Amino acid sequence: MNKGYFEIIRAGINTTFQDLGRKNLYHIGIPFSGAMDSRNFLLANKIVGNKLDLPVIEFAYQGPLLMFNGHKINIVITGDVIFKIRKKNNEIEGNCYETYQIEQGDEIDILSTNKSVYGYLAISGELDLKFQWGSCSVNTKANIGSNEGKKLNNGQKIDISKINSNLEKKKINYFNSKIENIRVIKGTNFDYFSEEGKNNFFQKEFIVSKLSDRMGMRLEGPKIENIVNTNIKSEGLLKGVIQVPADGNPIIMLSDHGTIGGYPKIGVVASVDYDRLVQISPGSKIKFKEIELSDAETLFKLYEMETQNLISQI
Amino acid sequence: MIKNISNLGDAALYCDFGIEVNRNINSEVIKYFKAIKEKNIEGINNLTPSYNKLIISFDLSVTNYSEIKDKIEKLNINEVPNNSNKKLEIPVCCDTSFSLDIERLEKKLNSSKQKILENFFNKEYFCYMTGFIAGMPFLGDLDQNMRAQRLETPRVKVPKGSVGLTEQFANIYTFESPGGWNIIGNTPLVVFDSTKEKEPNLINPGDTVIFKPITLDQYKNYNE
Repeated sequence: MNKGYFEIIRAGINTTFQDLGRKNLYHIGIPFSGAMDSRNFLLANKIVGNKLDLPVIEFAYQGPLLMFNGHKINIVITGDVIFKIRKKNNEIEGNCYETYQIEQGDEIDILSTNKSVYGYLAISGELDLKFQWGSCSVNTKANIGSNEGKKLNNGQKIDISKINSNLEKKKINYFNSKIENIRVIKGTNFDYFSEEGKNNFFQKEFIVSKLSDRMGMRLEGPKIENIVNTNIKSEGLLKGVIQVPADGNPIIMLSDHGTIGGYPKIGVVASVDYDRLVQISPGSKIKFKEIELSDAETLFKLYEMETQNLISQI
Repeated sequence: MIKNISNLGDAALYCDFGIEVNRNINSEVIKYFKAIKEKNIEGINNLTPSYNKLIISFDLSVTNYSEIKDKIEKLNINEVPNNSNKKLEIPVCCDTSFSLDIERLEKKLNSSKQKILENFFNKEYFCYMTGFIAGMPFLGDLDQNMRAQRLETPRVKVPKGSVGLTEQFANIYTFESPGGWNIIGNTPLVVFDSTKEKEPNLINPGDTVIFKPITLDQYKNYNE
């Protein structure tokens, strides 16, 4: 049932619906997709009192400007985001991780992410969205997911199908830690690269290129020289896999990546660092640090416990 | 047989079946893929079969590399019946408006359009894998004298339904996408149907495909 709607006055740069993504479809060519920064996705849902897997609005850099049409609802924004809430008689500078009650005609103006890439907007309730293969997540390259697989457009409406009864104010103190050192497990083709190439990879700085998106993060820096073969027989890819094509510039596969590829894999980003990796904005520096599998597993457990602790305190 | 299992990052198994690309090795990959899928092993959230590798991804929150590796090594692969492979006919129109790279192929293969198409049609091709974009099948093997490299500069937009050749493989672009394969024709058949919750892919790994030539009129009337 319709409980009101948001009107998209300005859609923002890349604003999409995202949830936890879709599983078990790699073999037919469909990647996970889903929220890029999974911790901030979970926190958004928890703060507004939702089930943790509900779809939310993900935005990159400049976010949307939305006007609410309906009675009242709580919203929260997570990430590191600059935004304003405009009411009839006043304008509020918004804080992330704090709920705001929105009424008829109020505007949420998401100006930009702050030295980061992705932010999340959740409402205390449910958006009226179409599921495809168990998920609403939009993959704009394959046009899969809700909103016909497309990003939000100016003038569009987003219907709300349910509003939670509890609109109590919630707030947590949380700061996104930023990292420059990304921990990486050696890839299956690590030995394809020259000694100098391998040393460059783990010791030198790279710059995140502007050509990065939800499919992949392109890096610029010292060339990683291949001494075996610049192509391999095409095989499966995963998010976090770092491929090095013939030009020697690494590309990190992100959540909407193509499911198979034929460039050698120099490494794979440890799961513990994925949420923070995707938040590194173009022009920023990045360095890789080698980590063993067992350490990566332990660190991921700790990261997950930390996420669970945050969630259980809300 | 799996020759070696290693880790690909902290949330996937990399199962290596060999270095060559041939039907025997690929059939083994597909056998394992189907058996593991059937078993519904807890924690596994994706399987990616390819020519000679199988990547098994898992949810690091519920399991880990050594647990899944152990389960895969103990798996009795012969328990699972493997009789689900299909044989399919794919109509392809090679009208000049569709065969975008036929002139390039004529030069590269030192052959004529007629000979290239004669060699291409009415033969059985085996589906090694699907992916890159949703539903795209990788079909092989083309004859030795049919093998050409990718375009030097990939097309920004390859039309939906395009049938392309590269090296020993043929493929079908299931929707408009960038791509570098040599396009020889177009199929009116829906090869990937995103409205289907179950089995959106027409062609799956292990299936056999035969391409059949159709005229432009047949192409235009195909979906009526």
